[in-house]
Amino acid sequence: MNLGAFLLRRLWQMVPTLLGVVLLVFFLFNWVGGDPAYILAGKMANPDDIANIRHQLGIDRPLWEQLLIFVRQIVTADFGNSWATQEPVSAIFRTRLEPSLVLLIPMLLLETAVAVTVALAVAACRGTILDRSLMAASTVVMSISLLVYIILGQYVFAFLLGWFPVKGWSDDLWRNLTTYAVLPVLLGLLVSIAPSLRLYRTFILDEIGQDYVRTARAKGLSETRILLVHVLRNAAIPIVTNVLMGLPALLTGAFLLERFFAIPGIGREIILAVERSDFPIIKAATVYVAMATMAANLLGDLLYHWLDPRVHLE
Amino acid sequence: MNVTDANPSPGLWTLAWRRLRRDRVGMASLAVVVFYLCVVCLAAAGWIAPDWTREVGVNYAPPVFLPGDQDETAVPLQQTSAVAAPVDLYGLKDPLARVLDAIRAAHPEDQSRPAEGRRLTLILGGDKWGHDILTKVIKGSETSILVGLIAALLATALGTVMGALAGYFGRWVDDFFNWLYGVFTAIPYLLLIFAIAAVLQQKGVSTIILILGLTGWTGVFRLVRAEYLKHKSREYVLAAGAMGASHARRMFIHILPNTSHVLLVQLSLNVVGFIKSEVILSFLGFGVPVDVVSWGSMLNEAQNELILGKWWQLAAAGTAMAVLVTAFSLLTDALRDALDPKLKY
Repeated sequence: MNLGAFLLRRLWQMVPTLLGVVLLVFFLFNWVGGDPAYILAGKMANPDDIANIRHQLGIDRPLWEQLLIFVRQIVTADFGNSWATQEPVSAIFRTRLEPSLVLLIPMLLLETAVAVTVALAVAACRGTILDRSLMAASTVVMSISLLVYIILGQYVFAFLLGWFPVKGWSDDLWRNLTTYAVLPVLLGLLVSIAPSLRLYRTFILDEIGQDYVRTARAKGLSETRILLVHVLRNAAIPIVTNVLMGLPALLTGAFLLERFFAIPGIGREIILAVERSDFPIIKAATVYVAMATMAANLLGDLLYHWLDPRVHLE
Repeated sequence: MNVTDANPSPGLWTLAWRRLRRDRVGMASLAVVVFYLCVVCLAAAGWIAPDWTREVGVNYAPPVFLPGDQDETAVPLQQTSAVAAPVDLYGLKDPLARVLDAIRAAHPEDQSRPAEGRRLTLILGGDKWGHDILTKVIKGSETSILVGLIAALLATALGTVMGALAGYFGRWVDDFFNWLYGVFTAIPYLLLIFAIAAVLQQKGVSTIILILGLTGWTGVFRLVRAEYLKHKSREYVLAAGAMGASHARRMFIHILPNTSHVLLVQLSLNVVGFIKSEVILSFLGFGVPVDVVSWGSMLNEAQNELILGKWWQLAAAGTAMAVLVTAFSLLTDALRDALDPKLKY
């Protein structure tokens, strides 16, 4: 199947899923959630105010009209203003995206680099005591909550030792990268490396058992060359796909880091929105992150095909 | 002809149990998990840690094993305010001094040590109000583990029924459930949980269980569906159908036991995942209500206490959680190895 037809078919298949996401979010916020007019009107609400707010939000209309309003909001990317701060929702997402990316891109790159390097090293000495103790250690490291790492790390390295600022953010990209993002990135890595390491190790071990590795050994190639050139190139296929598929989860995965270190990113904004019952922000975030997830999955499939021409697009 | 077999071949579970028994790490982690479950049962029955809200120690009572400077750290808050006048009054008279004296005269018993009857040290220390942290950890374990277990049971049951229907009936039923699966996996897990928590205004243990259970079924669904696809055309199922077994009977009496090894591993994985999610939710204040203690709410309190140098609540809750999650993860690995010896990592 050629690329164009594949793309068209996949995009067509996304339509019902996307529709489902929209319906799910709509069902949650317009049906399960009860009447938001009471939240908005505050404590001293009189019936007139409530009727007024209900009219403004459009929730006095029939459900199908409300659904249409919601769909129009999604298509035009105009979710109105935040209920808490009156800031336009689109502006919130535009300004909060950069801090999240400044935090997440270094984390993703470092995580991949470290996990792949260590996985190669561990796979080279598979079965030894080093391999097994590292794997056991990664299970333990994974089991401690990110919360504990953040609380302890912030206290010890920022508060007691003063190596990093306790929290904060600036307008300067370089300063953010070299000062404010360092500790959050390191703490995030502590938790995220271990699962990737275990996964990549199995990818590499799968390749080491293949015939071409035996052939390479028979040719007299050094073990390092086999690992770094032959095995890594083949293991890179699932690894790259895995990294790409993890992207959207990363976008929201930094909830805790952003909150603790007062980084004005999307994750922190969502937590604030949940605390303040700021529905427009949560609705917009859910729908757009779902779209991003689907796009990333599609990209992953394409990349998979590009890296490994044996994989047929179906 | 004698049909009964004198020496029946061991079943799947017997074999798995034998393999698990040989796995030393697996048995050790099983022991730890069983220990936690016993503690949870005893706490739920009220035999241990009956009341964590009792203020048995002084404020921030340190743990007993802490050497030295005990009386310095153990000074109760009320006492410091009564004894020392930290503010320099610059010769001004306290305008409320007369009122205060009157109150003191009216309640002579309150002036003496307000912490009377409270212990200066506790086994694992005390929190801001002097609650015993050991009791809190036990109660917190009860909440967190029960939430994880019940939510995992709910999610596994949901995923099993949906996966069974989708895999067994195929066609439009399969399409429908696959669509539902696609929708739920398109939204990142934590974001979905937060969205539901924002919508459901009431907090409570049952609310968290519902949220986690209703969102966490996707992993089980995928695997169970694949199992049913494989099994539905096997001879034993066809034979059951030929003997007149109904669809429901074929699905849940005949096929289900053959997928139980998948279910057990998924259940175990879900418990770990849900415990972690519950801790994050409760930490952020979207989880358990204030009158319930969980590991997440303890970590939330510990965050502020740490700045004052009171590390014991953080250590207690963090360790309790880390030990259980490690043991549960190792047990899951061991279970997977024992139940499916073909898988080799």
